[in-house]
Amino acid sequence: MNTEMNIKTLIIKKPLKLDCGKTINNYPIAYETYGSLNEKKDNAILIFHALTGDQFVTGLNPVTKKDGWWSYAVGPNKAIDTKKYFVICSNVIGGCMGSFGPSHKDPNTQKIFGINFPIITINDMVNAQNNLLDHFGINKLFSVVGGSMGGMQVLQFVSNFPNKTKTAIPIACTSNHSAQNIALNELGRQAILADNNWYQGNYTSKNTNPNKGLAVARMAAHITYLSKKGLQEKFGRKLQEREDLKFSFDADFQIESYLRYQGSIFVDRFDANSYLYITRAMDYFDLPRKFNGNLSNAFKETKAKFFVISFTSDWLYPTQENKDIVIALNSIGADVGFAEIESDKGHDSFLLDVPDFLSAMKNFLDKSYSEN
Amino acid sequence: MKNDFKVIANLIDKNKRVLEVGCSDGTLMKFLKDNKNINIRGLEISKNKVQKCIEKGLTVIEGNAEKDLKQFPNNSFDYVVLSQTLQAFLEPELVINEILRVGKKAIVTIPNFGYWKVRLHLLFKGTMPITKTLPNEWHNTPNLHMCTIKDFVYFAKSRNFKIFKSLALNNQNISLIKDSNLGIKNFFSDLGIFLIEK
Repeated sequence: MNTEMNIKTLIIKKPLKLDCGKTINNYPIAYETYGSLNEKKDNAILIFHALTGDQFVTGLNPVTKKDGWWSYAVGPNKAIDTKKYFVICSNVIGGCMGSFGPSHKDPNTQKIFGINFPIITINDMVNAQNNLLDHFGINKLFSVVGGSMGGMQVLQFVSNFPNKTKTAIPIACTSNHSAQNIALNELGRQAILADNNWYQGNYTSKNTNPNKGLAVARMAAHITYLSKKGLQEKFGRKLQEREDLKFSFDADFQIESYLRYQGSIFVDRFDANSYLYITRAMDYFDLPRKFNGNLSNAFKETKAKFFVISFTSDWLYPTQENKDIVIALNSIGADVGFAEIESDKGHDSFLLDVPDFLSAMKNFLDKSYSEN
Repeated sequence: MKNDFKVIANLIDKNKRVLEVGCSDGTLMKFLKDNKNINIRGLEISKNKVQKCIEKGLTVIEGNAEKDLKQFPNNSFDYVVLSQTLQAFLEPELVINEILRVGKKAIVTIPNFGYWKVRLHLLFKGTMPITKTLPNEWHNTPNLHMCTIKDFVYFAKSRNFKIFKSLALNNQNISLIKDSNLGIKNFFSDLGIFLIEK
């Protein structure tokens, strides 16, 4: 992917000590902004992306030539109104859309990092992104927003920088990865590692890619983003461009064809090693751990106003895990609202056109902003 | 603004922390927030009503009072308000205990089943009473545990929580309920409002 032309990059000089013990400096953060920062610099919203997202939240993604991943939610007059707010989003470190990641060259050896790239955590991602605030001269964000892994970053950000945001919207997320979450990520990683083209992470030097493994990882993950009901209604047992079963291992069923397609387009835009690193970061996420198992203590210092959102059919980050965040916040008297949105679109609901979700988020943001 | 909401507002001092359990569309919360500068939260079970509260810019938690009150620490609110909701719980006693634990004080309002119109309806029509405060039919009412003003006063005595102030509402008329007029108030009021404490 030759993408550098369309990517805004900030080189972070300040050293960052990672959780794994290593220190990085002079590393790039790729970011994008939407709308404009007002004079008081109090209208900025930092959006955190999910596992396979990037900084191109809305409008046309200049690299993939497709709509940004959160086009339903972000844009003029939308839930996160770019006429009103200054939206910043950056690619997480470990990612593959311009920020420091395993496809970059190690400055010491001039070789591509591959799996010599340091292990990254959600905490590291958030600490790296905090540098964007200094870059824009923003003392306090109006909001931090994100779904799935983006929601984890929201929680981590508020915990690390309790006075740097007025509001926070963690969506469809959790405060620590469950055994099921880890298991599903491990499945994806093993699919990549089992691909003969992975070459211990050095596939670039061999001019190849572990596309089969990465596609299988994506197919498995994609199932977890949908609900049983949603899948059944959309595909059922419908056959793919054929009248009857072929008695073979072809994609007889539409769902098979759909998953294969999802796998095949994913490998064009995503780096296999980044997939390993980012899923690892999610698995290592355990916010209560640093606070003796008490999540409430992670938020003791903040006055931020929270709005936690979950979806009825999300079995990857189910309502109860989102509610645990609400419970932790309530037990210290924090300002927290919570809504479980009815949707049969599974975990993916937060990325899709789910009107109750989008209007709730819009109302929360706009009303909170007008109380400024 | 409904008259009982004004009465509730008058029972609450300014700048306090308040939780409304079963806050519905947030009308009372909004009134308290705007007029009393109150730091107010709501707990509401209906998704549709939760959306209405968010539209009003209110902090609301979607949840079930019978399960979700336990997440709030002891005395974490100055007042907990329960407006015409007590009778809809499976276990009203549990909810009363919980709101008295979570709140330093609680305000409970009940539609009075001892109201003369209710009594006459049942006596003469022989069907389940339908009034302004009891608008539903027997088969679609959310109310499971109807009680009278007298019942609630006796309940307080038997469960050892204190009633600081009892008010009776009949249309626009607000009056104090005392031991001496309990029978009369129980007959002529369609709503009872109680300020209680453990």
